[in-house]
Amino acid sequence: MKLAIPVDEKNIEAPVSESFGRAPFFLIYNTDTQENTFVDNAAAASSGGAGIKAVQIIVDYAIHALLTPRCGQNAADVLKAADIQIYQSMPGSAKANIEAFEDNRLPILDEIHAGFHGGH
Amino acid sequence: MKIAVLSGKGGTGKTLVSVNLAAVAKTATYIDCDVEEPNGYLFFKPKNTQKQPVAVKIPKWNAELCNGCRECVEFCKFNALAYIKDKLFIFDEVCHSCGGCSLLCPQKALTEENKVIGNIEKGSSDGVTVHTGILNIGEVSGIPIIKLLLSNNPTQKEDWTLIDCPPGSACSVMESIQGADYCVLVAEPTLFGVHNLQMVYELVQLLDVPYGVVINKSIDSENPAETFCRDKKIKILSRIPFDHILAELNSNGEIAVRTDETYRAMFSDLLKTIQKEVHSETIAHSER
Repeated sequence: MKLAIPVDEKNIEAPVSESFGRAPFFLIYNTDTQENTFVDNAAAASSGGAGIKAVQIIVDYAIHALLTPRCGQNAADVLKAADIQIYQSMPGSAKANIEAFEDNRLPILDEIHAGFHGGH
Repeated sequence: MKIAVLSGKGGTGKTLVSVNLAAVAKTATYIDCDVEEPNGYLFFKPKNTQKQPVAVKIPKWNAELCNGCRECVEFCKFNALAYIKDKLFIFDEVCHSCGGCSLLCPQKALTEENKVIGNIEKGSSDGVTVHTGILNIGEVSGIPIIKLLLSNNPTQKEDWTLIDCPPGSACSVMESIQGADYCVLVAEPTLFGVHNLQMVYELVQLLDVPYGVVINKSIDSENPAETFCRDKKIKILSRIPFDHILAELNSNGEIAVRTDETYRAMFSDLLKTIQKEVHSETIAHSER
């Protein structure tokens, strides 16, 4: 199974990023092979629609689940269409969250925020 | 002459000032650009109103023609498109109606369709033509309505056009004051009022539109708005008193200049002052 996790640094020990759409990198982790890859998030600097573009980026890595502290409505809609399950990450490193996921300790993220749009 | 009336926050008196200026000018055009909550019509009670729907263009996807090349997704700078599992997702509220995706699509799988986001109402009230922009609830941006309101009303040099702007200093306000000859900044005399005045003051400076201040709910004593204007050398065009009679007229939906002689004289003077300011600004500009 392949996971995607938003991270602030290209390091599996680094904490999970506060944001999904605007995280600088995504860690793509294969739970079967334990391989990991870091992907630049080209959506991070978008003026809008970052969540939508970020999903488009991770979809191409054929991931099954996203571990994130929060997720906006638009991104959640695209994730759902792509059959990607969203789990709520806990404070701590990406590595600790992968372990928690594998132990079934991460809850499904069901609280989707409306997004931080507007201001224009 | 196109006069935009703006303020850094709501409830300062934009509508009071713009409605009364238009009414005292006798023949004038009043444009309510506060499309999220237009209220000028409550005072004018315009007759013979005509309604015009306002629509934006949104891409429409034809699944049979699409080959999944994703050029549209790559192109969209607003990220309004996503292509997931052989299906294109279009986020209407993220789309800026640029039309790029449908122009670009090599398969001609994208066309544009209209999406109504609100209305414009036009009516008349004793010599004042009243235009009201109304954004439908739930829509993200009223800017297309503001654009249409202003392009429907090209400036005639001799006529008065009063633009009642949305509150604040964001995009919709910038759109509303595009092409204005003069900006009237309405401010309250409080410290909070000055904070909001500062925002619109910076905006009009940035956009290089001539401006002056009207202090509403003005009190005789020294106050932060007066001090601010003096320090920044901003012209105070008028001081509208903190007056029970005016408050009562206003809360009853009446136009002060149409019922009260004192206010008729006051707004008439304000209109003359603005006319002079615009005139001298035009000369100053041509000499620059």
